[in-house]
Amino acid sequence: MSRVLRVATGVAIAAAAVALVLVLPHWLSDVKAAEFARAGCFFIAILGLNLVTGYTGQISLGHGALMAVGAYTTAILTADHGFRDLWTIPLAGLVAMAAGFALGLPARRLSGLYLALATFAFAVAMPALLKRFSGLTGGSQGINLFDQALNRSTGALGHVHVLGRTVATNDFLFYLTWGIGLVLAGAAWLLVRGRIGRAFRAVRDSEVAAASSGINTGFYKTLAFGISGFYAGVGGSLFVLVSNWFVSPSTFGFDKSLLLVVGAVVGGLGSLAGMALGALFIQFVPGWAANLSNAPGAPSVFFGAAIVLVMILLPGGLGGLLRRLTEPLTRRL
Amino acid sequence: MVFAVDWAGVAQQVVAGLSSGGIYAILAVAFVLIYRATGVVNFAQGELAMFSTFVAWTLTQHGFGYWPAFVVTVLASFAGGIALEGVVIRPVERASVLTIAIVTIGLFFVVNGAAFWIWSPEVKSMPNAFSTRPIRIAGVAFSISDLGIIGVSLLAVLVLWLFFRFTKLGLAMRAAALNPESSRLTGIRVSWTIALGWGLATALGAVAGLMAAPPLGSFDQNFMQPILLYAFAGAVLGGIDSALGAVIGSLVLGVFLNLLGTYVSWVGTDLRQAAALAVILGVLLVRPAGLLGTTVVRRV
Repeated sequence: MSRVLRVATGVAIAAAAVALVLVLPHWLSDVKAAEFARAGCFFIAILGLNLVTGYTGQISLGHGALMAVGAYTTAILTADHGFRDLWTIPLAGLVAMAAGFALGLPARRLSGLYLALATFAFAVAMPALLKRFSGLTGGSQGINLFDQALNRSTGALGHVHVLGRTVATNDFLFYLTWGIGLVLAGAAWLLVRGRIGRAFRAVRDSEVAAASSGINTGFYKTLAFGISGFYAGVGGSLFVLVSNWFVSPSTFGFDKSLLLVVGAVVGGLGSLAGMALGALFIQFVPGWAANLSNAPGAPSVFFGAAIVLVMILLPGGLGGLLRRLTEPLTRRL
Repeated sequence: MVFAVDWAGVAQQVVAGLSSGGIYAILAVAFVLIYRATGVVNFAQGELAMFSTFVAWTLTQHGFGYWPAFVVTVLASFAGGIALEGVVIRPVERASVLTIAIVTIGLFFVVNGAAFWIWSPEVKSMPNAFSTRPIRIAGVAFSISDLGIIGVSLLAVLVLWLFFRFTKLGLAMRAAALNPESSRLTGIRVSWTIALGWGLATALGAVAGLMAAPPLGSFDQNFMQPILLYAFAGAVLGGIDSALGAVIGSLVLGVFLNLLGTYVSWVGTDLRQAAALAVILGVLLVRPAGLLGTTVVRRV
């Protein structure tokens, strides 16, 4: 009975989320819709980070770099190889997935802080590498699809025709990012409830115990990084679209990687709904901080203070709060 | 290709590398201190060092000489570190390691922003700690400043080692880091030793910042960030739970970076960080717990 209830609650939450995504653009201004679309990209990347850190217990400070891999895949394929931008999104996911597998290889040997440094090295090296191979990546100038491939950039002219209707570009990007985000969140939900998710959690809770019950820990760690890379790559690919079809090495400095970790932990690792809140946190709180005072440095002080306060007041993150609030409701059902 | 090796040049580069490595070493030891006490990397370590350096800069603007400002700042940083631990770390003391790490990332933003807010973004310059004249040893000119920085770094680490090895308080701190539960039973106030660790780490950071700033000529609020990265890398290279390892790792890294920058031209400044980190990654894959770190064996 309780199992049926839990599934029913899950379906109800999913339906509510879909309904929210469908109606929200009607209430949002054009600028706000664009900001929410950006948050949608973070949401997807954080979902991936949650699989690695929240469910498998492996720290990654390199997910910004995996986003960069996805973003550059989209930019290069669209600018130089005649692809339409939308079709490159799954390809960007796959390329970043390969990069994620590679990033996961050190996780077979390293753990804790040593793994953190290895992934951080990837994040630090990424902008330098992007500048170095300028023939492919456009160097520090980056790639501007608006200039180089206007006719293959969906919605770059201000509106998009979908199913016989005309939709403003930013609303379209909102639907695109959050639509893909919800599908991938559903996929993550199925994944963590299945056999693979059980193996992930076993590796997180006790590597030795997992290994002695026949789980190939190295394989599942690498797998977690690979799947997570797919998410980050899709997020990065969409990030190009919502950044006015432009990407450069400074888009994905190591601060992006740190920001994603902040989003995941503030959202509450291990909670899928919390990941959306974490994404909204890293998208909107810096802006609100800047509204409080625009003295040099002041926004940074307020943003940092917000992070510290959330962590002190809600050690389980925003998702933990959500769970505490909804628990009495679902229990009474 | 190099046909005739210029040994005097190599010696100069090694000393210069040891000097920057010494600065990384001080900060790396600060990392190890907090890591051993709480199991967390303090991401705000470098920014706290930067903040201390700006405090010292303000003192030098009000008539203090370099060394008086140095002493006042290091003592103030010690007190500030203890206070900071009480305000932001104590409330999350029992939370997960990741939660505490995120708090220190928040602290990173706060301290960096506060320094921009207080001291405005234009660059500052610090009076020199040491004579700028070169000194000749066996016919090779070395910078007195480099030698001085190496001396101060080794002295700071030595004082710390003596403190931990030969004082009762140092013993209590080591015990609390090793086994908090048993230490509580023997009457050690573990929360207090953690606060003390933060105080010492922040004071060490101040030493690192004050050594690093003058040779830069001019510096701004972000000047400690690359140093933080190298100190972290040095600590991990040596083994994050070993202070001696952190010192050796940092010195090796400093020399390596300097030689790489001088003699391998295709690496350039852009790829220097990446190359250094790639080499460290290579070392870690062979020795997963760093050069001198202990491999943790857990009972299930």
